[in-house]
Amino acid sequence: MVRLSTYYLSAILALAIGAFTLFSPALAQTPAPSATSATVPSAAPAAATPAAAPAAAPADRPNKPSDVNDGDNAWMLTSCALVLLMTIPGLALFYTGLVRSKNVLSVMMQSFIASGLITVQWFFFGYSLAFGHDAVSSTTSPLHGFIGNLDYAFLQHVSSFSPEGTQKLSYGNTVPHMVYCMFQLMFAIITPALISGAIVERMKFSAYCVFMLLWATFIYDPLAHMVWSHDGWLNAHGALDFAGGSVVHMSSGFSALTLALILGRRKRSDGGEELRPHNLPFTLVGVALLWVGWFGFNSGSAINAGQLATSAWANTHIATATAAVVWLLWDWFIYKKPTALGFGSGAVAGLVAITPACGFVTPVGSVLIGTIVASVCFFAIRLKNLVKADDALDVFGVHGIGGLTGCLCTGLFSVLYINSAAGRNGLLFGGPFAKTMVPQLMDAGMTIIMAVVGTVILAAITKLICGGLRTDDEEEEMGLDLTDHGESGYLLEGAGTGMSPA
Amino acid sequence: MVRIEAIIRPAKLDEVKTALDEAGVHGMSVLDIRGAGKQKGYTQHYRGSEYTVNLLPKLMLIVVVPDASQELVISAIADAAHTGEIGDGKIFVTPISEAVRIRTGERGETAA
Repeated sequence: MVRLSTYYLSAILALAIGAFTLFSPALAQTPAPSATSATVPSAAPAAATPAAAPAAAPADRPNKPSDVNDGDNAWMLTSCALVLLMTIPGLALFYTGLVRSKNVLSVMMQSFIASGLITVQWFFFGYSLAFGHDAVSSTTSPLHGFIGNLDYAFLQHVSSFSPEGTQKLSYGNTVPHMVYCMFQLMFAIITPALISGAIVERMKFSAYCVFMLLWATFIYDPLAHMVWSHDGWLNAHGALDFAGGSVVHMSSGFSALTLALILGRRKRSDGGEELRPHNLPFTLVGVALLWVGWFGFNSGSAINAGQLATSAWANTHIATATAAVVWLLWDWFIYKKPTALGFGSGAVAGLVAITPACGFVTPVGSVLIGTIVASVCFFAIRLKNLVKADDALDVFGVHGIGGLTGCLCTGLFSVLYINSAAGRNGLLFGGPFAKTMVPQLMDAGMTIIMAVVGTVILAAITKLICGGLRTDDEEEEMGLDLTDHGESGYLLEGAGTGMSPA
Repeated sequence: MVRIEAIIRPAKLDEVKTALDEAGVHGMSVLDIRGAGKQKGYTQHYRGSEYTVNLLPKLMLIVVVPDASQELVISAIADAAHTGEIGDGKIFVTPISEAVRIRTGERGETAA
């Protein structure tokens, strides 16, 4: 029964991909209907200068309109790669080091499969639901601003040659629409992968895949639309979220806690079972990759390589370093030892909290945000015990609470001269409460409600499709590497490695 | 022949090896083990989650020697591994009925 559902799942997915591939010629990428990109590829000799009109552009760059800035595009391409690096191998290593050795591959796969499945979903309809024109075009309708239509399904009208939309209303005036789409894809990948930290060592792989696809479609895509789309509901209400504090971190953190509660605890996780991390060096390498990759995540969210990107870069690093040091000090003070995991956890908490704020605050704000979030999260990771949730890797404590802290701090510390798009100074710099904190609270509230309610519904649907969410007790005991994937992460030294001495 | 198993503090391995060398024992097996005894464990904190570790890391050293060397070897190990604190370890002695050197087929004490 359980196995059958897995086969059905694979079969449906394979058929879907096959069918869409057949139709794809009809839906082949067409240039966006804007004037700049409608130029036919030029056969002009390569001698023409890049500054010349598109019709005379070099043959190796057909269609390159003058409004695409190669410098900005180079940074965005780099940022895309950096953000992917956060998930694979960054998050995969960060998480898998914290579990037992019998589940090392299972946990890594939860990050890797996200990179695969979400990309396919993004191509089919995910990008369009999140960033397409609003499904309800009437701006007066109460349903306006919640989800995109299917204009960009199969990435049609997503041009690799010209920016999206018009100069005044665009996801990036100086970079091709496609690079924005790919950049956002990397965010869509890491967000459901973050949830996996709460459900490790006990959720069936098939159920995880189904849940992740549903979650990406019905929670992430609408949230991204509400916050980042031109006509998004929260965008219109003035909530500040530079790089995805609520869309990415709060949504995944609160969903993670909810899903952990629905799944139940791991066997013998109340003590009696050795649940200590099996490889903290993996975890620290993961933290380092997340830290480095986050420069793409935050600084890339400027969608150009200009001053704002620089500001976001510096804020990201300063807040992260501060949070890591502050968490370590708490560790030292409370538990008498400055732990490596404490430093790493602080760094991630700092990265999470600076995410919404990095394009709006000064370095002073960053130091304050780093200090606040490390202090809040250091204690918040115990909250899960109040509700007896086995949020194994503290996704809620770090991403949920850290994201909420960052969201509110953005309302407090934002400064107009860093980013005029904010429209006003933060509460501490004279901004009115109604215009600084209220939008942030609405943003947080909407995110939490969608994450919690959505997760309850989607988990129930997943349970129906997959015949249960959890592996059975015996499989859990043997480890998911063996029972879900038929592999082992580690072999006995010398055995089967071909390296035994002659 | 007797088999002498000594459970010792990992930090004492070098001293014990030197002492055995001086006692004329050059062959041995050393195993990484974890065990519990009178020595209490310790507490670790992983992001605030507390883990009490009762099984402490120790080394087990195994040598097989002629009956006549038994007391010499025991005292060599015991002296070298001694600190006087709880957790110094234990020595167990069991009789061995046969030993075979696989390469040559030798048996008995010359094989051990």
